[in-house]
Amino acid sequence: MGGAPLADVTASDGSLRRFLHGLPGVDAVGLEARAASLGTRSIKTTAKAYAIDLAISMIDLTTLEGADTPGKVRSLAAKALHPDPTDRTVPTTAALCVYPDMVETAVASLAGSDVKVASVATAFPAGRTALAVKLADVRDAVAAGADEIDMVIDRGAFLAGHYLKVYEEIVAVKAECGAARLKVIFETGELSTYDNIRRASWLGMVAGADFIKTSTGKVAVNATPANTLLMLEAVRDFRAQTGVRVGVKPAGGIRTSKDAIKFLVLVNETVGEDWLDSHWFRFGASSLLNDLLMQRQKLSTGRYSGPDYVTVD
Amino acid sequence: MSESERLSVFKTYKLYVGGKFPRSESGRVYEVTDQKDRWLANAPQASRKDARDAVSAARKAFGGWSGATAYNRGQVLYRVAEMLEGRRGQFTAEVAASEGISKSRAAAVVDATVDRWVWYAGWTDKIGQVTGGANPVAGPFFNLSTPEPTGVVTVLAPQDSSFLGLVSVVAPVIATGNTAVVVASERSPLPALSLGEVLATSDLPGGVVNVLSGRTAELAAPLASHQDVNGIDLYGADETLAKELEIAAADNLKRVVRPHPVDFSADPGTGRLTAFLETKTVWHPTGGLGASGSGY
Amino acid sequence: MAFEYAPAPESRSVVDIAPSYGLFIDGEFTDAADGKVFKTVSPATEEVLSEVARAGAEDVDRAVKAARGAFAKWSALPGAERAKYLFRIARIIQERSRELAVLETLDNGKPIRETRDADLPLVAAHFFYYAGWADKLDHAGYGANPRPLGVAGQVIPWNFPLLMLAWKIAPALATGNTVVLKPAETTPLSALFFADICRQAGLPRGVVNILPGYGDTGAALVEHEDVDKIAFTGSTAVGKAIARQIAGTGKKATLELGGKGANIVFDDAPVDQAVEGIVTGIFFNQGQVCCAGSRLLVQESVQDELLDSLKRRLSTLRVGDPLDKNTDLGAINSAEQLARIRTLADAGEAEGAERWSPECELPASGYWFAPTLFTNVTQAHTVARDEIFGPVLSVLTFRTPEEAVAKANNTQYGLSAGIWTEKGSRILAVANRLRAGVVWANTFNKFDPTSPFGGYKESGYGREGGRHGLEAYLDV
Repeated sequence: MGGAPLADVTASDGSLRRFLHGLPGVDAVGLEARAASLGTRSIKTTAKAYAIDLAISMIDLTTLEGADTPGKVRSLAAKALHPDPTDRTVPTTAALCVYPDMVETAVASLAGSDVKVASVATAFPAGRTALAVKLADVRDAVAAGADEIDMVIDRGAFLAGHYLKVYEEIVAVKAECGAARLKVIFETGELSTYDNIRRASWLGMVAGADFIKTSTGKVAVNATPANTLLMLEAVRDFRAQTGVRVGVKPAGGIRTSKDAIKFLVLVNETVGEDWLDSHWFRFGASSLLNDLLMQRQKLSTGRYSGPDYVTVD
Repeated sequence: MSESERLSVFKTYKLYVGGKFPRSESGRVYEVTDQKDRWLANAPQASRKDARDAVSAARKAFGGWSGATAYNRGQVLYRVAEMLEGRRGQFTAEVAASEGISKSRAAAVVDATVDRWVWYAGWTDKIGQVTGGANPVAGPFFNLSTPEPTGVVTVLAPQDSSFLGLVSVVAPVIATGNTAVVVASERSPLPALSLGEVLATSDLPGGVVNVLSGRTAELAAPLASHQDVNGIDLYGADETLAKELEIAAADNLKRVVRPHPVDFSADPGTGRLTAFLETKTVWHPTGGLGASGSGY
Repeated sequence: MAFEYAPAPESRSVVDIAPSYGLFIDGEFTDAADGKVFKTVSPATEEVLSEVARAGAEDVDRAVKAARGAFAKWSALPGAERAKYLFRIARIIQERSRELAVLETLDNGKPIRETRDADLPLVAAHFFYYAGWADKLDHAGYGANPRPLGVAGQVIPWNFPLLMLAWKIAPALATGNTVVLKPAETTPLSALFFADICRQAGLPRGVVNILPGYGDTGAALVEHEDVDKIAFTGSTAVGKAIARQIAGTGKKATLELGGKGANIVFDDAPVDQAVEGIVTGIFFNQGQVCCAGSRLLVQESVQDELLDSLKRRLSTLRVGDPLDKNTDLGAINSAEQLARIRTLADAGEAEGAERWSPECELPASGYWFAPTLFTNVTQAHTVARDEIFGPVLSVLTFRTPEEAVAKANNTQYGLSAGIWTEKGSRILAVANRLRAGVVWANTFNKFDPTSPFGGYKESGYGREGGRHGLEAYLDV
């Protein structure tokens, strides 16, 4: 899907490689300078209030720990539904993001709400297992009621230049998703170069990703303004070329309201209003939410808030 | 007939323009005499049009000469010194006659002149290292300054020092990759015109040096105002003429070297090399090795 | 719902502008001998900011005498002592940078984002850099114990008032010269605040003298027989006049003049960064930059794609209140400059070039010009040849690298150029053949105190910045 105008691109490993290597290069210094420059936007008063609520509504509230329990997931689900128990005007988060075996608990906890259940899958975070296992992982999550699947690409195959393998894996996962929306995680920190991130973005979009996502949150460098800006440019250009809109999800490392607002500025000034919606832009985060809530309280009361005035979940 | 009664063969002195030896398009010549006013030769009295042609020739030669490797320019200039060495006798006679000095003093001047040429030949591939370099800018950029030749340079050769002075002002101009239009000493043009013959028989591409003889003021005026000349060394102009020429040179902001007395027997330093160099500074981003190393 | 940025104005209260200012001569503020004054206005609002004394020939003479009087002692100071004065100045500038940024934005009209993030950091860096040279001149490559020239007469433009002051004063003082500086008539204030910084730093009287005034003040300064060095940044026309004026004198000159920089985009460019570079190249400081990339030379095969991206990008530029931290484009510096930009843009249109601007609302008062693009431009068009000095980009195309270089060099100017390509050898080959003093490859409008800056051809001569910048103030 999506890639109809680009169908010939995936005809062979060679054609896919030529296509990806034919994408315009990225100058790292220029990209980072642009991201930093947008980071100096000063978002105040009404704009800040708007941005904070928008950011809350875009959060994929995430718990991806070996120690996750049904209790932990239920507690986080409650947080997703009512981020600030003292203020019912706070929007819900976009989704709750869990491991596949926690999907059932999450679905039950969120029943009747608009909050989606997202599940990582495909042997997250490393993805180092057989395709059949990955697909089974996806099937389980979808069967358990996941609305969204966050898959990881095979970085090893990508770095080895086996782009068609990466592509085919995404296509296969997509086929298992059914109605669930597919987020494709590149683990940008492992792809290392911006040229690779641009190539991965196009590869993912051609393969049918509904979302392209920076990272797992499990490596040293996760979402950065620069790699997110680069992915926003990719979805912008992909839409211009194919008419298909793809969402973007920076994940990992975004902890403060200030950071989140910078990302929203990137969205606003790169792809514009069309993406300023939780259907098209997400934050993969956990601690970010409390900081947004404290900032929200500051805006409404004029006083700085503290961690005792938000819930620890 | 004794040998002393043999009728000698005179040389017809000609201009040197674009690697060829034209007469002045005006057809004019003027008498060149020694210090005791004895006739030595007729020299072409070049016109404004000859000056114009010389500028065209110098411009045409600029791309190739400035684009040649510094090593190659050094080789070519050293070849010129070799050819000069072989003509020491001729130049000694001309310098002695022109400047009214003894044969032995003239020979010393010629030796110094050849050595001066060798000195400048060796500079071609060093001046860039001495005057250029990397600049440690405060950012993720590679930043390099390199000197480049200014372009077509008019040189008003010294009026008195007809050979050592001449070479001391011409060699640095071309060593750095410029091309030159040289106005020879008005009174003593013969060494300059003979230098043209040497240049023609060495490996110097035609047009890199063009030699005009004639009235300095008449030739300098159109050269100073010429829009396709990028620099002018006013050494051979007197104070009044130099000021007029400097005013004319401002029309296209030529780089101007004002006339200051120079002891040509002393170490020349690098001043005349750098006078007709432009500094070009090129920036390029460096950045980290990968996106994972960025500092957010 | 759209993400509308609420106003984010920088506070005006951080700067205290007096209702009037004098000339700064021999360490004191003083009225002009003939009592003349002029008003300086905020170009964004046309509000009068202050009334400033206007120096005449008599004042020039006083200032030059003060500078001459201070020269012997200043030049005889150990370099290490001169260095410490300059370090003090650099630090005070850093301390007062917010105040100075607001002041500059008020007087010049440029966005606070630029004065805060570009002008002021570079000003401080420049003083810091040259401070360190003051006691190391023996090692600068100009022989042992190089001597200063004497009194430097410096005339600076209005586009980067304080930065151009720094470019002039820092190397002059480091090398032991004393200075008489004339700021531009539309932007005198930051130079006068700098005078106060000199007092705070304890700089000896007469070492720096500031003479606000118009062109006649500058001409009197250039003419003054006891001035040894002229440093001018401004138009090529005035630069030529200065070159004529000082002909036959012993005055040494550096001239940093106009430009018509070519920004060359090849088909293999990193396109998103190229678009940013084009925007920075021509819209930084409203295009009122001598080294602006005012001619976009784009490879014909990627023209449509690039122009689409560029137009989309221009639609996000925020034009308006320069004090708003989110403003990208501020006001044009003066009514006179605005008129010039309008005249040239109209000429572009009349000659058949296609004019385009993004939708943008310009404030009702003040001097404003929307970011403007001209396409279908050829080398013969006025907008491809004349320096506009405004937010106006002329787009031309080329087919081959040869043609790109030929077109880029086909101008009487030679200040700056840009190259955008991912191919390293092409960058170096093209950079080699461009006749321009500064070449930015895969970047644009970057400045640094260590990096020599200056032009080829009619863009002037001499270099400012770096080790090269010392030469202009030494008797070598």
